[in-house]
Amino acid sequence: MKSIAELQALREKARANMQVREGSHDGTRVVVGMATCGIAAGARPVLNAFADEVAKRQLKQVAVVQTGCIGMCQFEPIVEVLVPGKEKVTYGKVTPEKVARIVADHLVNGNPVVEYTVANLMK
Amino acid sequence: MRELSLNVLDIAQNSIAANATCITLWVTESVSQNRLILGIEDNGRGMTEEQLQRVRDPFFTTRTTRRVGMGIPLFRMAAEMAGGSLTIDSTLGKGTVVTAAFLLDHIDRPPLGDMVGTVSALIRLNPQLDFVYRHQTDSGSFEADTRSFREILGEVPLNEPDIVQWIEGYLTENVQALNSQA
Ligand SMILES: Nc1ncnc2c1ncn2[C@@H]1O[C@H](COP(=O)(O)OP(=O)(O)OP(=O)(O)O)[C@@H](O)[C@H]1O
Ligand SMILES: [Mg+2]
Repeated sequence: MKSIAELQALREKARANMQVREGSHDGTRVVVGMATCGIAAGARPVLNAFADEVAKRQLKQVAVVQTGCIGMCQFEPIVEVLVPGKEKVTYGKVTPEKVARIVADHLVNGNPVVEYTVANLMK
Repeated sequence: MRELSLNVLDIAQNSIAANATCITLWVTESVSQNRLILGIEDNGRGMTEEQLQRVRDPFFTTRTTRRVGMGIPLFRMAAEMAGGSLTIDSTLGKGTVVTAAFLLDHIDRPPLGDMVGTVSALIRLNPQLDFVYRHQTDSGSFEADTRSFREILGEVPLNEPDIVQWIEGYLTENVQALNSQA
């Protein structure tokens, strides 16, 4: 069984990681819609999957944050990816399964997954 | 909503919108009393008597004159369809408590679902806030408080990946231990 004392050791490790990461955040944001419509459609596992994937790949420049209802409830869960200097990309009907590909193609390699965008879903 | 833990996440979003700094979530599962009770308490801005009346009004959602919220009506509907009810208490400037009670064995009661996922999503998005999670069954209870984690962590935020993962594991193990005592 885990004990709170383990946090002491994790603290030292996290501190070291934080120092490495210092100043590396470049404003890249993954914005997950967390209003009632988003949560009902499955935003929670999507958010947790983004956070886990970004941590696993050590994408130190990326922040995962939330927003409210952006008025396209039928496309929830909606995720906006904002990379500085690039146009905003809005993904719709995102599932945890789609997250790994969005992270790999878009956040790591800079190629938005056109197939998963709201613009494409509206076609 | 497919799981009640998603309603809890949604109701906690109201607390965050109300500028709460501490949110307590609780689950009481009693087989002997055939009850499931879910609670969300915050120290946010609270509501005026008039706001509270509006939010309590079960027909509130049928009004079309103003933008209406979905969160509380959905949670109330889930409770009432499972032989229970929803109560809201709020004091302006002090905070709000939302409690939903369900008949545990009611066929229309949605599953509780992933409460740990709800707590970890809340911590990930709001590392500056404090959360208390309390889970009670007929055989015992478990409580976790991010303030006691913070005491150990110092300046390290709760949403550091390793820390969130540890918290998830800690909650999962303790809730499982409670359930296996049943
Ligand atoms: N914890 C709280 N503290 C203060 N005010 C609250 C709280 N919970 C609810 N309210 C008030 O009650 C209203 C209705 O809440 P409800 O969750 O039903 O809808 P909403 O949050 O406005 O929209 P939605 O949930 O559909 O995204 C809120 O807009 C807010 O004014
Ligand atoms: Mg709400």
